[in-house]
Amino acid sequence: MKRFDRGTLLFFGVALAFILTIQVLISLNLLGDFWVTLLRIGAVMAIVSIGLNLIYGFNGQFSLGQWGFFAIGAYTAADITYRWANDQSASGLVIVLLVTLFVGLSFGISSKLVARARGLDPLSSFFLYLVLVILAAIIAVFVGRLLINPFTSFLIMLPGWLSMQIVFILAVLLAGIVSAEVSYLFGMPVLSLGSDYFGIATLGFTIIVKVLLDNSDTMFGLVEMKGARGMIGIPKIGSWLWIAFFLLAVIVITRNLLHSSTGRAIVSVREDELAAKAMGIDVAKQKILAFVLGSLFAGLAGGLYAHINGFLHPNTFNFIKSFDPMIIVVFGGLGSISGTVIAAFGWALVLEGVLRLVLPQGFETWRFVVYPLLLLVMMLLRPKGLMGGFEFPYLRQILPPLPKGLQKARIEQPSQVEETSAGD
Amino acid sequence: MPNNDSIPTSADVSKAKTPLVLDVQDLSKNFGGLKAVKEFSLSIRQGELVGLIGPNGAGKTTVFNVITGLYVATSGTIKFKEQDIVGFQPFEITQMGIARTFQNIRLFPNLTVLDNVRIAYHPHAHYGLLDSVLHNKQFSSKDKELTERTQEFLSVFNLHERQGEIAKNLPYGEQRRLEIARALAAEPTLLLLDEPAAGMNSKEVVSLMELIHFIRDRFKLTILLIEHQMRVVMGVCEWITVMDFGEVIARGNPADIQLNPQVIEAYLGRGAAALSQKLSEKRTYAP
Repeated sequence: MKRFDRGTLLFFGVALAFILTIQVLISLNLLGDFWVTLLRIGAVMAIVSIGLNLIYGFNGQFSLGQWGFFAIGAYTAADITYRWANDQSASGLVIVLLVTLFVGLSFGISSKLVARARGLDPLSSFFLYLVLVILAAIIAVFVGRLLINPFTSFLIMLPGWLSMQIVFILAVLLAGIVSAEVSYLFGMPVLSLGSDYFGIATLGFTIIVKVLLDNSDTMFGLVEMKGARGMIGIPKIGSWLWIAFFLLAVIVITRNLLHSSTGRAIVSVREDELAAKAMGIDVAKQKILAFVLGSLFAGLAGGLYAHINGFLHPNTFNFIKSFDPMIIVVFGGLGSISGTVIAAFGWALVLEGVLRLVLPQGFETWRFVVYPLLLLVMMLLRPKGLMGGFEFPYLRQILPPLPKGLQKARIEQPSQVEETSAGD
Repeated sequence: MPNNDSIPTSADVSKAKTPLVLDVQDLSKNFGGLKAVKEFSLSIRQGELVGLIGPNGAGKTTVFNVITGLYVATSGTIKFKEQDIVGFQPFEITQMGIARTFQNIRLFPNLTVLDNVRIAYHPHAHYGLLDSVLHNKQFSSKDKELTERTQEFLSVFNLHERQGEIAKNLPYGEQRRLEIARALAAEPTLLLLDEPAAGMNSKEVVSLMELIHFIRDRFKLTILLIEHQMRVVMGVCEWITVMDFGEVIARGNPADIQLNPQVIEAYLGRGAAALSQKLSEKRTYAP
C-alpha cells in the first residue's frame, strides 16, 4: 500500500514551496518589513480562525470567546519570554509549566470524582473543578519557586540563541495549554447553555479578559505587563518559519481530527444535536473537545502573535476585535479549512495591506467601511462563504471505495420495492 | 376511563414467555401543570413487535422521549433488561441498547450517507483522540475496519451504492430507510420507531412494512412503534397499546383493538363508538 497519495504530496509540496519561497524572499530582503509582518499576522489569524472554525463551523457553537483565549495565550507567552530575555530568569516558564501540569492533574481527579457522583449538575461539578484548580495552582506556585533556580542555571549553560528559542517554543506551547485549560474550566458550565446564550457568555468572557489585562499590574502584581499602558520589551522572535510551521501543524491536526470518528462525532453535534444524542454520542464531551481544541489553537496563535511586534496592548484584545476571526471564518466558509486559511491571509494582506496603500492619505479608516460592505456583498452572493464546502486535496474527505464483495453483489432483501419508488 | 389494572399487559397476553426487554411501570411525565403521561405501563418481551397508537397529543412521543432519556420521568420506573434506566443520559441509554428514529426524520442532513451511519458506530471506534490526531497505524486499521463494517451494513439496506450522497438529497423513502439503518447501526436490542410511515406514499408504506419485518428477523430485534397509519399498525404489530390523554385505554392484539369501543371513541368520538358497536359484526374499523 502506498504511504502517501497524490493529494497529500501535492498539498505538502505546495505548502512547503509557499513557506520556503517567502522565507527566501525575506532572507534576500526583497519583502519589506510591512509585508512580512502582514504575512505573519495573516498566518496567526489563520490559526485563530481554524480554531474558531472548529468550534463554530464544525461543532456549531457560536463563540465570541476566541479573542479572549488569543489574549490569554499572547500574554502568557509574552510574560515567559519577557522574563527570560530581560531578567535571565526562567521563573515565568517554570511556574506556568508547573501550573498547567498540576491543573491538568486536578482536572483528571475532578473528572473521576464527577463520574463517580453520578448526575451531578454542571454548576456543582464546575465548583468542584474550580476548588481543585485553585488548590493545584497554589501548590504549583510553591513547588515552582523551588525549581526556578536550577532550571534557570541549566538554561544559561546553553548558548544564548538556543536557550531563547527553547524558551520561545515552550512559551508558545504553554500559551496554548493555558488557554485550553481555561477554556475547559469555562466551557463546562457554559457549553450546557443553548447556542445563543453560549455566544453571549463567551462575549462576556472576552470582555472580562480584556478588563483583567487592563489591570494586570495592579490586580495580579505582574508589573512587567504594565496593565493598560501596554507591555513592551517582548523579544521579537516570532519568525515567519516558526509561525508557518505552527500553521501547518494546526491545519494537519485539524484535518486529521475531522477525518476520524471523533471528528465525525463533533460534526454530528452541529448537524443535529438531538439525533447525535440518540445515536449514542456524548454531545457534552464533543462540545468540550471542540471548544478546548479551538482555544488551544487560539492560545498558540496568541503566543506567536506576541512575538511579532514585541508589543502587546489590552486594546488589541478588545471584544470588537473578537469579530475579526468570526468574519474570517464566515468569509472563508463555515466548515472549510482551506477557505479559512485563504480568508485569513486575504484579511491581513488586503485589508491591512493593499487597502491601506490604495486608499488616499487620510482615508485609511475607510477600510472599515469597505470590509463590512465586502462582507455584505459576499453574504448575498455566496452565503456559504468564499469556498463554500470546498477543500483542497488532502484536506478533502475522500469517499472510501466499496469493499470488493459489495460492488456488484445484490443482497436478497425486501427493499427492492423501494428502489423503484426512489425516483418519485 | 378504565382502570389500568383491568387492562392486560401485552406480556400477559403473550403466549411465548421470552424474557422481558422493556418494563415500564406507572410512568408519569408532567410539564408544569400538564400531565402529558399518566401512570403509563408497558412490558415488552424479547422479539415482540408492539404498536403504540392514539390520537394526536395522546403522549406517545413523550413516552419515547422519556424512555430514551431526552426527558426525565416525573415518577415511575423504566427497566431495560432488568436495569433501571431512569436518570441516565440519552447517549448512555443508546449505548445500552435502545435506539430510536424520530417523527420528522432527523438525519445529519449535510453529511454523506456513509458518515450518517459511521457516526452511529462512534462508540465502537477503538481508537483515542491521539490516534485520531496522528493518523497512526492503529488509526488506519481501525478506521478502515469501521468504514468497511459500515459499508457492509449499508448494503443490507441497499444503500451502499449511495454512500457518497448527501443525506438531505435522498428521496423521502430512502431518508427513512437511512434513519432506520442508522438507528440499527447503534446495535440496539430494542428499536423505537416514531411514526416511520408518516408522509409516505402507499408504495413506500408497503416496502416499509416489509423492511420492519425484515430487520426484526435479521437483527433479532424487539420493536416498539408509534404509528398513525392503521394499515401499518394492523399489518405489522403483534400487540397494540392505545393511549389517549396520556393514559393507556386499551391493550390487545390488532383484531381486538379494532373493535374496542374505547379506542373508537378516542379516535372518532362517542357517536361513532355507539354506531360501531351496533355494526360491529358487519364492519371493521378503517382509517
